[in-house]
Amino acid sequence: MFDYNFHWRPVLKNLPDLLAAGLTTLQVAVLAMIIGVIVGLGLALIRLHMRGPLRWFASAWVELARNTPALFQLFFFGFGLGALGVHMTPYAIVLSALSFNCAGYLAENFRGGFQAIPDTQIRAARSLGMTAWQTYTRIIIPQVFRIVYHPLTNQMVWAVLISSLGMLVGFRELSGETQALASRTYRIFEYFAVTAVIYYLIVKIILGASRLLAARLFRY
Amino acid sequence: MEPTISFFFDFQLSDLWYLAEAAWRTLLISALSITIGTVLGVVFGWMLFEGRWAAALFLGPLLDVFRSVPLIIQLVLFYNFAPIIGLVLDPFLSGVVILSIYCAALVANVARGGMEAVGPSMRRAARSLGMSYWQDLRHVVLPIGTRAVFPSWVGVALGVMKDSALVSVLGYVELLKASQILITRTQEPLLILTIAGAFYFALSYPISRYAANLEKRWAS
Repeated sequence: MFDYNFHWRPVLKNLPDLLAAGLTTLQVAVLAMIIGVIVGLGLALIRLHMRGPLRWFASAWVELARNTPALFQLFFFGFGLGALGVHMTPYAIVLSALSFNCAGYLAENFRGGFQAIPDTQIRAARSLGMTAWQTYTRIIIPQVFRIVYHPLTNQMVWAVLISSLGMLVGFRELSGETQALASRTYRIFEYFAVTAVIYYLIVKIILGASRLLAARLFRY
Repeated sequence: MEPTISFFFDFQLSDLWYLAEAAWRTLLISALSITIGTVLGVVFGWMLFEGRWAAALFLGPLLDVFRSVPLIIQLVLFYNFAPIIGLVLDPFLSGVVILSIYCAALVANVARGGMEAVGPSMRRAARSLGMSYWQDLRHVVLPIGTRAVFPSWVGVALGVMKDSALVSVLGYVELLKASQILITRTQEPLLILTIAGAFYFALSYPISRYAANLEKRWAS
């Protein structure tokens, strides 16, 4: 037992590469979240206010994103769309699959948020002479934002975690980079241990930043 | 002239059987991991709830690690770590171990939430009726707490079922890995991925709807 020698030096030598890949991970996760928030908001509003084909489309999106594995979605955007003649770079595959997933989950959070605001507030705002746009941007959205702030943070963490699946479609984010480097030296355990620490730190930084931001945003 | 020999065969009926067998393995590994993970998770949740300093200092942060590191990294790490300490595990067992711990880490939070939902006055009432600590836990906290967090538990269980797709990176031929193998042979990614996705969806969608309805009914 335990005749294994740990070799950390090759890992430490490549630490800058890993950290740079960590930034790629963060970048793709943030971009996916931005797209996810915009699309998710749209999906939620469609599901709340519209009927007909557009609503079916939005519902299908949300249910598919929530009820199939993220890895399946990634394969679908990678290989499935490839069969239809849509060939994307690994970066685009991961970004689109991640955005699809985030939009689906966030749409459900937003829907819950919108439903938590009583109708009377809309009517009160409208009878004060606000336009529909003003009502939404000044009365509804700020309150919804407060409700979905915590789920949004969780979704951001989740986006970072599932971006790690990128290594299965050849994307060189943190996990993909780790795999590429590890297969060069066969120090698989050491490499992935360091990567696990980096992921842990990224998640902690996101949660910490979110808490600071919340203290600043929700002072009143 | 004879047609040229192809390395690719079209999708056949027997392939459907192959996918069904793989789907069975997905169910098997999910059910096993969710069962073990739930039992462990409830115990951990109870330890966190009772809040002795040891639980707060060690167990909480330890479980947090499993929630902050991507599952795929955990799987690769454990699969490569087990031989170092002299354990020879096949992909299935490695998958079960990690999925169970991952599930336990998620369930622990849910279970603690359930125990907190019962409220101290209810428990004091039980104790002053002469119930022992364990009777109180068994006959008061368990039924009320379960009711409070059952929908969240369903969400966690479905999440673990979907995440079991990641065990494919270790080479365990569950549904998604089987579809990948078939795609390589038949070159028909769209059809096969649709079948695989339909299976996940058919399993996950009714259960999540059931849980959502339950939540709505119990809330009112």
